[in-house]
Amino acid sequence: MTARKISELRLEGVSRGFGGRLALDGLDVTIKGGEFVALLGPSGCGKSTALNCVAGLLPLTAGRIWLDDARIDTLPPEKRGFGMVFQNYALFPHMTVRANIGFGLRMRKTPAAEMRTRVDEALRLVQLADLADRLPGQLSGGQQQRVAIARAVVLEPPLVLMDEPLSNLDAALRLEMRTEIRRLHQTLGLTTIYVTHDQEEALSLADRLVVLRDGVLQQAGTPEQVYTEPANRFVASFMGYRNALELPVTGGEGRMVRLEDGGGLTLTGVRRGEVGGAGATAVACVRPEDFTVGDGPNPVAAAVEVVEYHGRESAALVRADGGVALHVRTSARLAPGDRVTLSVPPERVLVFAP
Amino acid sequence: MTAPSVEGVALRHRLAERGLDRTLLLLLPAAVFVAGLFLYPFLYGLQLSFQPQDGGGVFANYAEFFRDGYLRDTIATTLWLGVPAALGNVAASVPLAYRMRGRFRGKRLLTTVLVVPITLGTVLTAEGLLTFLGPTGWFNRVLLGLGLVDEPVRLTHNYWGVLFSLIITGFPFAFLLTLSYLTGIDPSLESAAATLGAGWWQRFRFVTFPLLVPGLAITFCLSFVLAFSVFPSAILVGEPSGGTRVISIAAYHAAFEEYDYSMGSAIAMIMGVVELLVIALVLGWRATLYRGSTGGKG
Amino acid sequence: MTRTAWRPGTWVVWGTVAFFLIFVGGVVGSVVVNSFAVRWFDTWLPDGWTTRWYGASWSDFDLPSVLLVTFQVSVLVVAISLLTGVPASYALARREFPGKRALTLLFLLPIMIPPVTYGIPLATVLYKFHLAGTLAGVVLANLVPSIPFVILVMTPFIEQIDPRIEAAARMCGAPTRAVLGRVLAPLLVPGMLAAGILVLVRTVGMFELTFLTAGPDSETLVVALYYSVSAAGIRAQQQVDAMAVVYTMSMLVLLVIALRFVNPTQLVTQIKERPGT
Repeated sequence: MTARKISELRLEGVSRGFGGRLALDGLDVTIKGGEFVALLGPSGCGKSTALNCVAGLLPLTAGRIWLDDARIDTLPPEKRGFGMVFQNYALFPHMTVRANIGFGLRMRKTPAAEMRTRVDEALRLVQLADLADRLPGQLSGGQQQRVAIARAVVLEPPLVLMDEPLSNLDAALRLEMRTEIRRLHQTLGLTTIYVTHDQEEALSLADRLVVLRDGVLQQAGTPEQVYTEPANRFVASFMGYRNALELPVTGGEGRMVRLEDGGGLTLTGVRRGEVGGAGATAVACVRPEDFTVGDGPNPVAAAVEVVEYHGRESAALVRADGGVALHVRTSARLAPGDRVTLSVPPERVLVFAP
Repeated sequence: MTAPSVEGVALRHRLAERGLDRTLLLLLPAAVFVAGLFLYPFLYGLQLSFQPQDGGGVFANYAEFFRDGYLRDTIATTLWLGVPAALGNVAASVPLAYRMRGRFRGKRLLTTVLVVPITLGTVLTAEGLLTFLGPTGWFNRVLLGLGLVDEPVRLTHNYWGVLFSLIITGFPFAFLLTLSYLTGIDPSLESAAATLGAGWWQRFRFVTFPLLVPGLAITFCLSFVLAFSVFPSAILVGEPSGGTRVISIAAYHAAFEEYDYSMGSAIAMIMGVVELLVIALVLGWRATLYRGSTGGKG
Repeated sequence: MTRTAWRPGTWVVWGTVAFFLIFVGGVVGSVVVNSFAVRWFDTWLPDGWTTRWYGASWSDFDLPSVLLVTFQVSVLVVAISLLTGVPASYALARREFPGKRALTLLFLLPIMIPPVTYGIPLATVLYKFHLAGTLAGVVLANLVPSIPFVILVMTPFIEQIDPRIEAAARMCGAPTRAVLGRVLAPLLVPGMLAAGILVLVRTVGMFELTFLTAGPDSETLVVALYYSVSAAGIRAQQQVDAMAVVYTMSMLVLLVIALRFVNPTQLVTQIKERPGT
């Protein structure tokens, strides 16, 4: 299968309001042909709204969408020719697997012989050739998922839209399907927009991430950029910076900032964006796994309160002597009540404006 | 609590294995009422119908019914009223319910207004139709005023009056039922069809309609039951001794005006059988369709 | 879908609704106007207005006693059908047992079979036991469709109550009586309210069964109305219409009360309209 290649999909100021509230506020994103882009954010951030706007299922309240040089936001969904995988799969319950996959081809009045070969090919691609004559109700969740994907890609659409396709599967199946989706994308090279609230899923699948919050674009970039250089406090916490310590600024020079809680906790970290000088408040974000137990830079004296065993590592909640609670992941063996000294390299402490 | 005896426990275990326990006693009062007030009279009526008052063998009543054209034709008369009314009501409900399946302002008000005719019941509807559709009623006045007709159209005391009455009481019923079946179909199925290139007619034709048909079959059956048992309106706005002499009039006439309970019961039984035949036909056809989940939640 | 394209089809659909509503409005309006008319023949509106027909029908038709009978019959039917129907629904919703399908069919049949079909044999049986023509007979006849209706409404309602709630109550040490009284009953009240009101509306409006079993002293409003309509000619049409308006008003009051507790769709079906997505 070879997809009809596009060179780019451009969203310009795409907005969607619901009764006075903007679910999506002026989204500008350009997606290149063959790219796998994940729209990421907590529920209610507008990512599904954005996807439905691209699909044509929701009309825009402002903005434009361009597919290469053609403006598409005024077209109804059936004229856009995109493939879409729905969260609940939305398989037609009264049609067999074969009829479900062939539905789009039938709408395009594809000759029967060609339809058969293309559906067969799609069935093989998702490894469902044996189940072609079943009804969706007789399939497991993972199999239904495969049918939904096959139905979307059999048309070789210029753009595939996926709306949290893995959220209804159990953990093991989710990992398996994740690999499957990645494999399909590598084989077919279809331009894909993938909506998810799971940052791990987004990081592992996408070429590029678009992080949204309350309908506003927070950051767009490669998984590595978003993971290591989050643009703001929100993206940081979403990317696993579980410790967000709001502390007064006491000094700093160049790109480094020093924060103190007045009770013995002193953290030096990297300035990210506009952070006020001494006397202002700032937020220091640290990943639990960036703390090490033992002396080093940014030493923090603390007492262990709660320990969760996670196999090779454990997660602990420790209380710094000044009263600040910290989340720590470490392979060191800790027990509640232990006195420890933690340290964290200054370049792993990101300081944002509050 | 006192410890039950060993045999008691064993018996209870054996019954529990088959799903029988004391909770089932809760079914008893309702079952007794329905058996005593529905099943027993029904069977009593059945055996009564085989004991003709004028003698002449077990099947004399039934033979008489099918020999006497005045009685036999009531079946056709009733079907001729009931089937078009039920079919028309269901057919009209589909586009309307399809239009109104989403949410919009005033939906509850509109459904409420549509419920009013159901609660009015047949007697009041008949009384109103007599005045409204009568030769000097508002309806004919409007037609005359618009110059559509030269003389009043006769719409009462004939087939049309009864049909109108069946539509007024039956249409809201069919509509609300269709609407509730339609809202049970997952809207994302239509979205999926749209992204696959189906226009609104194809979405309706290939996705929504096939999922709705089993519900429509049920809607038709229930509308038909309502229309088939037409009784007061056939007398009041119809022509009870001629064109709208439906089977329930014949049964009532035999039982309570000629005091031939045996014949009355026989006609009632024939009425039930004819109705159940039509329903069985529709449900039999429905059984050949896809009837599983329609993707709605719950 | 939010796209509202005003295709010709849309106009046809709304036109049909408007025509239907105008038709119904005309039917009801004709009755109301006529009931206040001094005389109304070949004109758009009557010659003059009066309320004397109401006074006349109040005394001539013995409305107070008819209303009393209607009230007694409906309250008794609602109470008995709830008392018998709700426990049965509970058993049907919670237990699987041999013969369940047959029993369900038995409970469904009285709703599927036209009332005249079983009403005639039922009336003969009631005559046999000298119950025909009495209030008790009318109540018994009306129970036939009402108990199944309660079961039809309540069974899905009870099914959606999580059985683990009862289990949790037992684990907290509640005896059966407390489980029923303190846990289940409050949860059932909304469903019982809905079922009871629906039965009330249907009983007040039920013509056939009451007509077949009632005597002169046990007529409900709708049957009295039927007799006055079919005996038209003896009485002034306006007087009959005044009675019809009394009936309409009582039905509308019931309807308004009913719609405070139930969805319009539930008046015709047990299927609850799901919250739209």
